[in-house]
Amino acid sequence: MLRSRFFKTSLGFLILYLVLTACQSGIPKNALVLSHEAVENRQLQTRVFQTHDENFLLSAGAAVLQDSGFQLDEVEPRLGVIVASRDRDVMDTGEVLLSLCLAFLGVQRPIAHKQKVLASLVTKPIGDKRTAVRITFQHMVWSTDNLLIKNECLNQPEIFEEFFVKLSKSVFLVAQGI
Amino acid sequence: MAKIALPLVWIVVTGLSIAGCASTQKNILATQESQLKLRTIQSRVFETGDSQQVLRVTLATLQDLGFVIDKANESLGTISGTKRSGYTLRMTVSIRPKGDHQIIVRSNAQYNLATVEDPEPYQQFFAALSKALFLDAQGVE
Repeated sequence: MLRSRFFKTSLGFLILYLVLTACQSGIPKNALVLSHEAVENRQLQTRVFQTHDENFLLSAGAAVLQDSGFQLDEVEPRLGVIVASRDRDVMDTGEVLLSLCLAFLGVQRPIAHKQKVLASLVTKPIGDKRTAVRITFQHMVWSTDNLLIKNECLNQPEIFEEFFVKLSKSVFLVAQGI
Repeated sequence: MAKIALPLVWIVVTGLSIAGCASTQKNILATQESQLKLRTIQSRVFETGDSQQVLRVTLATLQDLGFVIDKANESLGTISGTKRSGYTLRMTVSIRPKGDHQIIVRSNAQYNLATVEDPEPYQQFFAALSKALFLDAQGVE
């Protein structure tokens, strides 16, 4: 009897300890280690332009971000940096219907409601005549219950292809003074 | 009985609120490690006098590690970025010249709501930065 009580108390403490240590679990082991995909991602996120004029490329980049509905949050031309973000409503009728159907079956599925996309554009001179433009994106998505359901990098190649097509056009338009 | 109970409840509620405020206001500057130890694990000295190059390579390294840049300031030599990968990892890097030929790079990170005080992530970050600085100095794109 006494032994069983001791066992239950110990088990209780063990569970409590595991819960508390799980809450305190620190930074993931590889969070600051270069991944195998780092080089591939860099190529995807970068285009090189045949100009040494960083400010010209920054202006063209800012214009593309504005064309895409982004607000510029931070600009540091001396380091070739533009930081921008965009908030948007991502409520989708199809997704709402699917979630309602699943709810009837007793399956809870969060409905995406708000999205914040963050972008940082960085230019870097390469030698005297070329400049690299690199852009990275992340997004956060909140559900209708205001829970954060997505918090991640955006690395789909199509996003970067679309951005750099627009940037090439913008470079041309800025050069024409449009 | 109710006459005594009600004020007692109020006293307890007020007491708890004040205690809550005190604990959130008290530990704003608190860290687990000493100031000197933190500076040591968060800083590295690089053999270069070119602060522009160090800042630009830091930007590239943070992007390589999956960060999006939040802020950058050349005059102050500071860069802040955030990595989102299911978790939120915020990082600030600041540089400071040490004489004409050395630069001290200091970084501090916050993982979700906790300050990162473990030396290993900083060693990993500086390893990536050292490699990038070396490659940049060799003219490797």
